[in-house]
Amino acid sequence: MAWTRDQLAERAAKELKDGYYVNLGIGIPTLVANHIPAGMTVTLQSENGMLGMGPFPAEAEIDADLINAGKQTITELDETAYFSSSDSFAMIRGGHIDLTILGAMEVAQNGDIANWMIPGKLVKGMGGAMDLVAGVKRVVVVMEHANKHGESKVLKACTLPLTGTQVVNLIISTLGVFEVKPDGSGLILKELAPDVTLDDVARLTDADYEVGL
Amino acid sequence: MTSASKIYTDAKSALDGLLFDGMTVMSGGFGLCGIPENLIAALRDSGTKGLTVISNNAGVDGFGLGMLLNTRQIKKMISSYVGENKEFERQYLAGELELEFNPQGTLAERIRAGGAGIPGFYTATGYGTLVAEGKETKDFNGKNYVLETGLVADLSIIKAWKGDARGNLIFRKTARNFNPMMATAGKVCVAEVEEIVPVGALDPDHIHTPGIYVDRIVQGTFEKRIEQRTIRQAEGV
Repeated sequence: MAWTRDQLAERAAKELKDGYYVNLGIGIPTLVANHIPAGMTVTLQSENGMLGMGPFPAEAEIDADLINAGKQTITELDETAYFSSSDSFAMIRGGHIDLTILGAMEVAQNGDIANWMIPGKLVKGMGGAMDLVAGVKRVVVVMEHANKHGESKVLKACTLPLTGTQVVNLIISTLGVFEVKPDGSGLILKELAPDVTLDDVARLTDADYEVGL
Repeated sequence: MTSASKIYTDAKSALDGLLFDGMTVMSGGFGLCGIPENLIAALRDSGTKGLTVISNNAGVDGFGLGMLLNTRQIKKMISSYVGENKEFERQYLAGELELEFNPQGTLAERIRAGGAGIPGFYTATGYGTLVAEGKETKDFNGKNYVLETGLVADLSIIKAWKGDARGNLIFRKTARNFNPMMATAGKVCVAEVEEIVPVGALDPDHIHTPGIYVDRIVQGTFEKRIEQRTIRQAEGV
């Protein structure tokens, strides 16, 4: 059975390490915060200008001056620091953030990612996604493996406009986990979701991959 | 008023003599957080048209920069994300509004660079994507970078928490965002604050934006509308 949204987040949380500074994208990646192992110190960065992001507030704690990059109200922690958008992206672009976990519409076997624009549909903008994939040390993607018509989103080459080229390190799809080879020559299938077979993956994957379970 | 004081009594007078049709305006804030609500309203009331507005977002329908969209005062937006505004969508799809998307970090750095006298810089952000089309690229140590230009504006309107008559500012929490860089990149910067405090009341070590960047300051009243009111559930975040 393919992984659910929450199971994807749970699996993605295994990529966290003690002491990491992490930026989580909007959607499933946000759920990763619910799965940080007890006793592990992980500092969440929000690109609108905050390190040390706390949980959502209680009603009485809501503060209009305190939001995350998804414009949701949040809280601060004892360790929190605030800074400007240029400082925030200096952190990101300068390679000081250890890990980012992002959603994607498509990824390719060379590590290309497309997650901001569908031609012909209204484009809302890339926000900070292009900066994150270009600057963060390790880029992990969580995504649906195929669309509802069974068409693969894990491709030889992306068809949608790119967010970044050769930037993805690991793909956690609904069917399993793929490592992107550092030389961009293809993927290595490292894990299968429960009850997903190699045949399932073969049928629903356009990209070239080796099996390295 | 002496030259020692930069204080104006209201947003309208704080913009007096600064506005002209076709001008470029930077407007601080992220979403609706830390936006210069009072100055945007005064800009709307002025009727100034053909504006190019540099702002991370475009407000929501009827609030923030959305107010200037309703009155058709904006000709072009330079932003990173504009998803929260139906009127924006309508004008854009009808070809009535120009739009230039910048990656958020590139936008922030273009403004920082503009204010710091840096006409261009190289960034890996956007290499190999649509945003790099038509731009110079360069290989530094085996990695490819895109040349981006610094941004300046005729006017920047920003929002801070506290300020003094000399224009020194401090911001509060995530309402800082784009405001400090925009203060540096406008030919003129007008800041609105929640509270004007006496000169000397701000700890000099805690000032985020030194007064040299701020030409005029005005105390405002703030609605501080919230886009996504999220509350903690019984468990988890």
